[in-house]
Amino acid sequence: MLEIKALHASINGIEILKGLNLTVKPGEVHAIMGPNGAGKSTLASVLAGKEDYEITSGEIVFVGKDLLELSVEERAREGVFLAFQYPVEIPGVSNVNFLKTAMNEIREHRGLPALSAKEFLSLVKEKSALVELDASLASRAVNEGFSGGEKKRNEIFQMAMLEPKLAVLDETDSGLDIDALRIVAQGVNTLKTSDNATLVITHYQRLLDYIVPDYVHVLFDGKIVKTGGKELALELEEKGYDWIKS
Amino acid sequence: MRLRRIFFRVVMAGYTENELAEDLNQQEYRYGFVTDIASDVAPAGLDEQVIRWISEKKKEPQWLLEFRLKAFEVWKSMQEPEWAHVAYQKPDFQAISYYAAPKQSKKYESWDDVDPEMKETMSKLGISLEEQQRLTGVAVDFVMDSVSVGTSFKAKLAELGIVFCSFSEAVQEHPDLVKKYLGTVVPMTDNFYAALNSAVFSDGSFCYIPKGVRCPMELSTYFRINAGGTGQFERTLVVADESSYVSYLEGCTAPQRDENQLHAAVVELVALDQAEIKYSTVQNWYPGDNEGKGGVFNFVTKRGMCETQAKISWTQVETGSAVTWKYPSCVLKGDGSIGEFYSVAVTNNFQQADTGTKMIHLGKNTKSTIISKGISAGKSQNSYRGLVQIHAQAENARNFSQCDSLLMGSECGAHTFPYIECKNAGAQIEHEATTSKIGEDQLFYCQQRGISEEKAISLIVNGYCKEVLNQLPMEFAVEAQKLLSISLEGSVG
Repeated sequence: MLEIKALHASINGIEILKGLNLTVKPGEVHAIMGPNGAGKSTLASVLAGKEDYEITSGEIVFVGKDLLELSVEERAREGVFLAFQYPVEIPGVSNVNFLKTAMNEIREHRGLPALSAKEFLSLVKEKSALVELDASLASRAVNEGFSGGEKKRNEIFQMAMLEPKLAVLDETDSGLDIDALRIVAQGVNTLKTSDNATLVITHYQRLLDYIVPDYVHVLFDGKIVKTGGKELALELEEKGYDWIKS
Repeated sequence: MRLRRIFFRVVMAGYTENELAEDLNQQEYRYGFVTDIASDVAPAGLDEQVIRWISEKKKEPQWLLEFRLKAFEVWKSMQEPEWAHVAYQKPDFQAISYYAAPKQSKKYESWDDVDPEMKETMSKLGISLEEQQRLTGVAVDFVMDSVSVGTSFKAKLAELGIVFCSFSEAVQEHPDLVKKYLGTVVPMTDNFYAALNSAVFSDGSFCYIPKGVRCPMELSTYFRINAGGTGQFERTLVVADESSYVSYLEGCTAPQRDENQLHAAVVELVALDQAEIKYSTVQNWYPGDNEGKGGVFNFVTKRGMCETQAKISWTQVETGSAVTWKYPSCVLKGDGSIGEFYSVAVTNNFQQADTGTKMIHLGKNTKSTIISKGISAGKSQNSYRGLVQIHAQAENARNFSQCDSLLMGSECGAHTFPYIECKNAGAQIEHEATTSKIGEDQLFYCQQRGISEEKAISLIVNGYCKEVLNQLPMEFAVEAQKLLSISLEGSVG
C-alpha cells in the first residue's frame, strides 16, 4: 500500500529525513517511535504533502501512485488521512458543513454521487457515537473552543467519516487523559479492516497498549534504525532511547 | 460621453450549489457588459444650466429645483475630503455627464413594451424579470436611464398603502412626502459628495410604509452603471411611519471599463416611533483590473434617523469598487432607539476601502451594535473607520463594537480607526478588535481533508463573515457568499 524508499526531506535547508525506508501493507498497524527531533512529525507532514518540506531525493509510492506528484487534496482523496497533532480551528465553519464538503469532494473523486442530507446526517450520528463525540459538537465550528481531548476525538471522528486507506496518527495521544486515550484507540481499532492501514506516530508506549501494532519502528536522526514487533515498544519504554542511539 | 444606467428592483432567485460551483470557475468580473440603447444625455460638465436642464427634463416642481440649485452653491464652496485612508486620481467633475435617459420618453405600459436589449441586460445579470414577476413575495421594479419602466406588485403594495417607486415618480405623485423628508437626514451641506448628489441626482428609489404596516415582502433595488467614464448619482429615501417594518435590499454592478466611474449616492432612512428598517446592500461595482486600472469610485452617504424606540439595521457586503468611501450611520435620536451595523468589506488587487459607521447616541437608553469584518487580499488597503458618539443627554447608552480584519497574503493592509466620543459617564461602550491572517494551517487542514484550495478559502472566509451574512435575507446571503468567493479567487498561494 505504502512504500517509502530512501526518502530525504529538508526544511529551510536543514535535512530532517535522511534516507527513510518503510513498507506498509493493507491491514497492518505500524508504530513509529523515536525521541524528540527524530523526524516523526516531518514524516507525517511529508506524507500529507505539506509544502514547507522539500523532498531532495527518494520516492513514496501509495497504492501504485507516485504520492510526491500529487497535491495535498489529491492525496487526501486517494485515501491518505492525517490526524493532526494540533487540530486547527476554523471559526464560523460548522463541523458538519466542513465534513460534508470534504466528503463530497472525496466521493466525487471516486466517482460516487454526493450524499443526501439524510444519508449524511445518519452517518454523522453513527460515526460520532464511535468516538463518544457529543452530537452538539458536530454542529459547532470546527475545533473552535473544543478541549484538547475533544479535538483529538474529532480527528478520529473525521477519519471514521472519510474512511481513508492510510491513516497517519500524529502524536494523537499527546495531551489525552486515560479515558480519552481509550476512546480514541477504540475508535481506531473499530475502523481497522483488512484493506486499510494505520501509521501511529507516538513518543510514548502508552498508546500502544490500546492500539496494538504489528510493527514498531524506531526513528532516529531521520532514519529507521530498528524494527520489531510490539514488544520493542515495551523495551523502549524500559530502556529509553539512549539504548538505540548508542 | 454618456451616462446611462439601469436600475431595477428584484430579489435574487435561490442559487443551487452547482450554479455556485459553476460561478466559482468564472474568474472574470461577470457583469462587465455594456448595453447599447440610444439615450438622451446631458452634455458633460456641471453648471446651473445643466441643473435646470435636469430638473426641467424631469418636470420637477419649483421647490426641488431650488433645492438642487442651493445644493450646487454649497457644493461649489466645498473641498473634496482628504481624510480617508485612500489614494486616487480625483475625478474631473467638469468631464462628467450628469444625466442620461433612454430615447423613449413615454413610460412603458407593460413588460412587452420594454426594449428587448434592456431585458437582455437583466438576463445577463442572471435575473429574468419575467421569472421574478412570478415569484411571490418579491416586489419588482425596473428603472433604466433615470426613467421608470414599470413596477409589478405595485397593486398589492398599494392595497396596504405602501409606496415603492422611482424617486422621480415619487416627486410627481407624492410630492408632500418627498418634500417633508428629503434632506432631513443627510443635509445637502453634509459633505462634498452629498452636496453634489443633492444638486444633480437623476433618480433613485422612494419607499413609504404607512403607520402600523409590516411590509409583507422584501423590497429590492438593483443598481447598474452602464455608460462609460461617467458618474451616477442616485437618491434613496425610505420612510417607515410609526410602528411599521420594512426590509430593503440593494445590489450593484457596473461594466468593466478602463477609466474610473464615479458613484456618489445618498441614502436617507427615516424610522419614526417604533418603526424598524432593515437595509441590506450587496455592492459589487467593477473593482478595476488586476493592475488597478479602471473601476468605480464609490463615495456614498448613507444615514438613518431613529425616532423613539425605532430600529435601523444596516447590513453591507462590499466586494466591488476601486475606492470605497462609505459610512452607513444611525442617528439614535429617540429614546430607546437601536442602531445596528453589520459589514463585510473585501478588497483585492488594488482596491481601497475606507468604510465603517457612525452611531450617534442622542436619546436615553439607546443601543448600538457594530460588527465589521474586513478582508484584504492582493495589494489592497482595507480600513474600518467608525465613530461612536454618546451625547451628554444620552443616559444609559450602550454600544458594542467588534472589528475584525483578515489578511490574505503579505502585500495588503488592514487598518482600524475607531473613534469614541463619550459625554455621558453612564454609557457602556465595548470595543473588540482582532487581526488575523488566513492561516496556511487552516488551508492545509482543509486540503488534507480533500477540499480544494478555492473551496477551502470560500469556507474559511464565509465562516469568518458568518455573523454578518446571517443578517442578510437568505437569497441575498447566497449571492453574497458567491461574490466573496469570486472576489478572493487566487488570492492565496
